[in-house]
Amino acid sequence: MKRKYNQTLVILIGAAVVYGLLKALILTGMIGDYWQLILDEALITTIGALGLSIIYGFNGQFSLGQAAFYGMGAYTAGAITKAYGHGNWVWFAGALIAGTLAGAVVSYLIGRPILRLRSDYLGIATLGFGIIVTVLLNNADKVIPILGGAIGMTGLRHMVGFDLLFLFTVGSIFVVRNFIQSSPGRAVVSIREDEIAADAMGIDTTRYKTMAFVLGGALSGLAGALYAHRYPYLNPSSFDWLQSVNFLLIVVLGGLGSITGTVVTAIGWVFLLEGLRFVLGQQFIDFRGVIYAVLLVVVILLRPQGLFGGKEIGFLRPPSVLKPALRPGKENSHAGIGG
Amino acid sequence: MPVLEVRGLSKDFGGLKAVNNFNLTLEEGEIVGLIGPNGAGKTTVFNLITGIFPVTSGEIRFLDRSILGLKPYKIAQLGIARTFQNIRLFKQCSVLDNVRTVFHPKIKYGLVDAILHTRRYHAEEERVTAMSMALLETMSLADRAEMQAMNLPYGDQRRLEIARALAGEPKVLLLDEPAAGMNPSEVGKLVELIRFIRNHFQVTILLIEHQMGVVMNVCERLEVLDFGETIAAGRPEEIRDNPKVLEAYLGKGVTVA
Repeated sequence: MKRKYNQTLVILIGAAVVYGLLKALILTGMIGDYWQLILDEALITTIGALGLSIIYGFNGQFSLGQAAFYGMGAYTAGAITKAYGHGNWVWFAGALIAGTLAGAVVSYLIGRPILRLRSDYLGIATLGFGIIVTVLLNNADKVIPILGGAIGMTGLRHMVGFDLLFLFTVGSIFVVRNFIQSSPGRAVVSIREDEIAADAMGIDTTRYKTMAFVLGGALSGLAGALYAHRYPYLNPSSFDWLQSVNFLLIVVLGGLGSITGTVVTAIGWVFLLEGLRFVLGQQFIDFRGVIYAVLLVVVILLRPQGLFGGKEIGFLRPPSVLKPALRPGKENSHAGIGG
Repeated sequence: MPVLEVRGLSKDFGGLKAVNNFNLTLEEGEIVGLIGPNGAGKTTVFNLITGIFPVTSGEIRFLDRSILGLKPYKIAQLGIARTFQNIRLFKQCSVLDNVRTVFHPKIKYGLVDAILHTRRYHAEEERVTAMSMALLETMSLADRAEMQAMNLPYGDQRRLEIARALAGEPKVLLLDEPAAGMNPSEVGKLVELIRFIRNHFQVTILLIEHQMGVVMNVCERLEVLDFGETIAAGRPEEIRDNPKVLEAYLGKGVTVA
């Protein structure tokens, strides 16, 4: 079992090329200010959706409250920068860490009691949790005035641009991929596949469900923290259950258990929503809801396993361990009972 | 010293006594069969031993240590592995990953190594993959290591489930109807496989089975359950002619010509 030589280097070069291309398009004005805004949103959404991808896609824990972690991250980071940071980069780094930790801590506290629930019941519990967070954010100004409550938090600084977002997105993809291809990652996936069997095979299911939940919460928290430094304004409605459904749609449409699927769908989804705005024109903007709902139904009917259906492409694919001679070809992969 | 000792084990589901005062002693290296008609409580015994159900009363000792009240994963890590009647593989994972997952407690790297893919991660992964491939090799599954488990033919799925259980390096292996759904030639191979596993991996095997071809051939001792109670125990040839056993299987008043 020899690993592909210098796989990491190849990936880094690949990422650099993609970055260079996008950057060139931005610098030459091919991607204007408006589309750059959308591109940045797509990257933030990707990171947030990767969080849910770990929890639902890989661990199989149905969560309808991912936006709550996203919101906790955004508000924590936003408040720190607004109150203390004022554009200072050290404070900014601290705010990002605090936002990520907020997502992690909150998901730990909520995960411990509710992760014993299964499928639909867990969905209801997380949905309830998400609604609670929205209500809290709407009324937060009564306790901490800086949070702004229902009016929203204003006066945030624009501190992250495309460069940082790209870096964080690539970093997040790496973290998720490396985690999934490790021993704890396999434990997490085995719970999705069959929790009873995993338990009977010596996997501490409570521990690994919590681990996946916290990791997913942390990633969404990070996405929120970045959001708070990209847009000047935070509103509780950006982190309500509709946003949770957005994340859920991305993960399901991309295909459960596929990082590639989540990333491609997250970016595609954000661009689709904005693209329709142009295609339809201002008069028909309300038809957007109809069009993407129809699209959703069509995709689920044609590909219930999602666009990528648990498959990965390129470096996200687990490294092969078989020697080529042993690798089953198409003709004998369904051979009868062996040995 | 017995490897596994079960004393006075009982389990009630509401008013139903699924298992009643069940006793069992497994000596090291034995192959013991647990038989009985449908609904006799055989699988419940497995679920009690592996901690999936809480015990109503009784005692289970593994290597002279009580395992009552331990969580299933703890019991598995101590060295009791099992397979399931209705195969429960990690279906969408590769054959290799099904086995590698179970080596999990023996991996010596933390979450940080996992996320950063450090040198220690690579070394450990290489070790675990080699161990898993060796195990798959012994179970004649190595050439299918990268197939999704659910795409394996039925017989291979059964074998993979046994391989997965063995990956935990158990002292005791509980097999729940390993021959279910197999044709006669596969059953013949299974009998050999079970003997091979006992000798090669030095495990003690307790198996539930309906196919008498397997039970009579491979088991050194049998334990017959009916309505949650042991009705007979002994060597296969003794059990075969035991009137109580015949009655449990065939009903009263049947004479066997």
